[in-house]
Amino acid sequence: MNLLKWARTKSPWILHFNTGGCNGCDIELLAAFTPRFDVERFGILLQGSPRHADILAVTGPVTLQVRERLIRIYEQMPEPKYVLAVGSCACSGAPFKDCYNVIGGVDKVLPVDVYVPGCPPKPEAIIDGVVKLIQKIEEEKIDEKGR
Amino acid sequence: MSYGSMIKVPFGPQHPALKEPEHFLFEIDGDIIVNVKPRIGYNHRGIEKAFERRTYIQNIYLAERICGICSDAHTTCYTQAIEELLDVEVPPRARYIRVIVAELERIHSHSLWLGIAAHEIGFDTLFMHLWRDREAVMDVLELVSGNRVHYAMNTIGGVRREIASEIIPKIIGSLDFLEKRTKYYMKVLRSEQTVLKRTVDIGVLKPEDAVELCAVGPTLRASGVKNDVRRDDPYAAYDEIPFNIVTDDGCDVFSRILVRCGEILESINMIRYALDHMPSGMLRVRVPMAVKPGEAVSRVEAPRGELIHYVKSNGSTRPERYKVRSPTLANIPALCKMLIGQHVADIPIILAGIDPCFACMDRLVFVDVKTNKKKALDFESFRKIVRKQRELL
Repeated sequence: MNLLKWARTKSPWILHFNTGGCNGCDIELLAAFTPRFDVERFGILLQGSPRHADILAVTGPVTLQVRERLIRIYEQMPEPKYVLAVGSCACSGAPFKDCYNVIGGVDKVLPVDVYVPGCPPKPEAIIDGVVKLIQKIEEEKIDEKGR
Repeated sequence: MSYGSMIKVPFGPQHPALKEPEHFLFEIDGDIIVNVKPRIGYNHRGIEKAFERRTYIQNIYLAERICGICSDAHTTCYTQAIEELLDVEVPPRARYIRVIVAELERIHSHSLWLGIAAHEIGFDTLFMHLWRDREAVMDVLELVSGNRVHYAMNTIGGVRREIASEIIPKIIGSLDFLEKRTKYYMKVLRSEQTVLKRTVDIGVLKPEDAVELCAVGPTLRASGVKNDVRRDDPYAAYDEIPFNIVTDDGCDVFSRILVRCGEILESINMIRYALDHMPSGMLRVRVPMAVKPGEAVSRVEAPRGELIHYVKSNGSTRPERYKVRSPTLANIPALCKMLIGQHVADIPIILAGIDPCFACMDRLVFVDVKTNKKKALDFESFRKIVRKQRELL
C-alpha cells in the first residue's frame, strides 16, 4: 500500500451536514463519536470545516432551499471526497418523498458512495457503513498524479 | 467602545455549532453584537401539507418524524388532538406509560443538550462523559420501545407496547445510575471554573422580557417564571404524579444548565413514582378510521417547552388542516434579545442555550407585509410554486 492510500484510510475526517432531517440521525451519528461506540479508534474525526473533510455524512432528505448549500459544501471539499448517506431520508427521501419542498434522497444531488438505511440507523450501523467506505477507499486505484 | 463601523457576520447554514442548517446574520460593532437576523427555513419539508394527504393512522408515523429528539412529545400531542376529536378516553395504564416514555425522553434530551452545551464552551471532556452516561437512558428506551430514537409508543386511543414487570428492575437500576451521575455533574458544574467563566451572566434574559417575548420551557423557567404545561394544563397522568417545577433566578446560560439538570432529577423521581403506581388494565381502545368534523388543539410540555398541535377534521379519514407550533419557534424572539450586546465568541453557547431544534421549527405562513394579509395555499398551488422554482434551478 502506498503512502497516500495509507494516509487516506487511516484518518478519514467526517463533515456532518443535515439537509433537512428530523435530528434523529444526527444524534445517532454524534453518538457514534462518543465513548461507547467511539469511531475515533479508526482515526475518524468529526470536522467542522468542509475544507478539512474527506467524507461528507449527509442526514435527512434534501430540501429545495438547502440544495444549493449542499452542492457548495461538496465543492469546497478537497479531492478525493466521499459521500455517506445516513438514514432512510438521505437514502431515498422516505416519508418526505412526496412533500412539495423535498427533492428526495441525497443521490438526486450528489454521487453517494455508501448508503446506511434505517430510521434512524443505530450507531453500530453507521460504524458499519463507515468501515465499508474505508474498504472501498482501500480498493480504489491511485494514479501517478495521486488521484 | 465603538469602532464606528458595522461588520456583518453570516453564521450558517452549515456551521460547527449546530447540527442543523439554519442561518443567522449578525451585525457586529467591534466584538459586540448589535443586531441579529435569523433566516429560517432550510429545514422546511412541508410536513403540514403532507399531513393532509395521509390517513390519521399514517400520520402518527409522520408526526414522530417532525423531530427526532422530541419525537414522543409530537406523537403524544398528535394523538391527544385526535382523541379529543373522537371523544375517546385513554385507559389509565396507557396514560402512565405515556408519562414514563415522555420523561425518559426528557432525560435523554436534556442530557444530550448538556453534552452539546459543554461542547460549545470547548469542554469536550464533559461532553464525552455526559454522552457516555446518556447511553444508559438510551438503553432503557430501547428496552421499553425497541428503538433508540423513534419509539412509536403512542397510537390513537392509547399506547402500543406494555412495560413488562420483568424489565422494571432494569429501568430502576439505570435510573439510580443516572441520578448518581446527574448529582455528580451538578456538583462539578457548580464548582468548575471552565463552565462558570463561560456561562454565568452570558445571554441574560430578564423575566419580564421572557414573558413579553413568549419564551417557553426551560428557557422561561431559567428566568424564574414558573410555567409548565404539565402543571398548568395536565395531560396523560401528570395530574396524578407529584413533581416540582424547577426554576432558577439567574436568567443566564448557567441557570439554563441548572434548570435542565434539575429537571432530569425530577423526571427520574416521576418515572419511579409512575412505575410504582401504574394501574393495571388495557393499553388501548379501538377507534374508528374516520374522524367526525371538528377542531382540536392539544398542548404538551416537550423537553424544549410548550408544544401546540392543531387539527381540523372534515369527517373523512384524513385531516383537513394540521398545524404545529414548536417550542423552538416560540423561543426565537427571546433568543434574538439574548444575543444583543454579547460577544461574538459567546454566540454558539447562547444559540445552543435555548436547545434549538430547527427540524421542529421550520413552518411557513405567507404574510403580505404591505397589506398585512395572510394567505393560505392548497397543496396544488404549493406544487406549482415549487415546480417553477425547480425549473429555474
